[in-house]
Amino acid sequence: MIRIEGLTKRFDDITAVENLDLEIRPGEVFGFLGPNGAGKTTTLRMLGALIKPTSGTAQVAGYRLGEDDQALRRNVGILTEAPGLYDRLSAARNLSFFAHMYGVDDVDGRVERYLKLLGLWERRSESVGTFSRGMRQKLAIARAMLHEPTVLLLDEPTTGLDPEAARLVREFIEGLRDEGRTIVLNTHNLDEADRLCDRIGVLNTRLLALDTPAALRREVFGRKVVFHLADLRPEFEATVANFPFVDAVESIDAKLVVTLDDPENQNPAIIAALVSAGAQLQFVGEIRQSLEEVYLRLMSKEGAEPERGDAP
Amino acid sequence: MNRVYQIVLKEWAEVFKNRFVLFTVAFLPILAAALPLGILYAINSSPDFVTDIGEDIPAGFAALCNNLTGEECAQYFLISQFILLFMLLPLAIPITIASYSIIGEKTTRTLEPLLATPITTAELLGGKAAAAVIPGVTATWMAYLALVIGAALMDVGPGVMDRLLDPFWLTAVFVVGPLLALTGVSVAVIVSSRATDPRTAEQTSMLVFLPIMAVFFAQLAGLILIDARLVLLIALGLIAVDAVLLAVAVQLFQRENILTRWK
Repeated sequence: MIRIEGLTKRFDDITAVENLDLEIRPGEVFGFLGPNGAGKTTTLRMLGALIKPTSGTAQVAGYRLGEDDQALRRNVGILTEAPGLYDRLSAARNLSFFAHMYGVDDVDGRVERYLKLLGLWERRSESVGTFSRGMRQKLAIARAMLHEPTVLLLDEPTTGLDPEAARLVREFIEGLRDEGRTIVLNTHNLDEADRLCDRIGVLNTRLLALDTPAALRREVFGRKVVFHLADLRPEFEATVANFPFVDAVESIDAKLVVTLDDPENQNPAIIAALVSAGAQLQFVGEIRQSLEEVYLRLMSKEGAEPERGDAP
Repeated sequence: MNRVYQIVLKEWAEVFKNRFVLFTVAFLPILAAALPLGILYAINSSPDFVTDIGEDIPAGFAALCNNLTGEECAQYFLISQFILLFMLLPLAIPITIASYSIIGEKTTRTLEPLLATPITTAELLGGKAAAAVIPGVTATWMAYLALVIGAALMDVGPGVMDRLLDPFWLTAVFVVGPLLALTGVSVAVIVSSRATDPRTAEQTSMLVFLPIMAVFFAQLAGLILIDARLVLLIALGLIAVDAVLLAVAVQLFQRENILTRWK
């Protein structure tokens, strides 16, 4: 659905995105993670044919960038970083204007459908200037969906929203995923990325890592299994460390934390060895690293500062 | 065309909710029609006033008074001073509308979602220009119509009525007016690309008034005479100026410039 080949964008002497290669599958929710100024918004703008790449290209919804950008834009919905709504106009008027811009046939019907879907129908005649941030964001999402695009580009969809509004937006995105739409999501919210995204690309001008959230955890931290023992003796650590497949062993309080490649197949041998060494095993479990830890580890490897100025 | 039409409707729905814009669009044309009509009324009520004015008419202008009586010449001289108002109107109104419209889109960050639609740059700029030019030109023409009807009702001399409908005035109002409106929109787009406040953009754009005001005061001082030839020259000059300004405005209005350079 989206194929990106060597996509690069420079603004004068600043490189915003460098040599991005990526393929996003139909129906996939793909998340870009990265610090401010990492090129996430620039990438989305290029994919939405809002700005031209300096080099490289991409094919989005069957259209190659720069060849038929109008057709591309007709098949792509964008939620921009700021809701960008006309405050003096009503919610319905905002949507009907954009429906005309997208060339929607049944403007009134489509506006009604999305206002109802997002719970804004009762307030359709009120000026958007009176809306809360959450309502504005919902209206902006409705606008991005009006022409029923096959590809949705969402830039920070829940930033600045209260938890309730953020949850509503996330549920809506989940609904869109269930409809089979291809969604590219820029977010700072790592928990959101973890829950919503099938795959994640960590971007800092160039793509640092690309995989499913689970695979990224494995790649960065390995898989860590914790063995809770009633009484931890020094020889138990040596017993576990003797296995050739064990990458690392740590003793923490009465627990052994063991890094493994394939715990499902390797755990039984470790358990048997510990029991025969006299250990009293209470629990065995896997430590789940948060995506935030994965992200911070990748960024610290890259030497990136957590926040820096945005590219233009 | 539907997109251009929808942009025009949206612009009007939004911008005319701003009281300042509404005031400018409504008040200036009333002023442009009322001032010369008020003076005509004063002349009609006080014949001595005509005699006094008659002595102050520049010799160059007197040459335009062929076939006019002394009273008609004085009436025509006074009304002629306001022809520049009819040139300022189509400049001022589009500048005000375009400044509020473009800066408004900048401050509310509505241009990016708009540019994400299949709209072309020409449609967007065309819609915004039309939304600013149409009220400016229409208001000017309505004010001019009010002046002509008002003058007829006041029973001014037939010579004066002929002059109000001669090619000189008609060119000024119906040709120079729209050209000036286009100048105003182009200047507003150029200034708005850098400004962040609509009033600043409007005030900066209003600097284009200066050459017209210079012509106005030069005529008042008797240094030049605004006649058909000068109006035609202004029209030709404006075509060239508009072509250059429009090219700059279109360049600045490219979507990449709007998203990455407009701050």
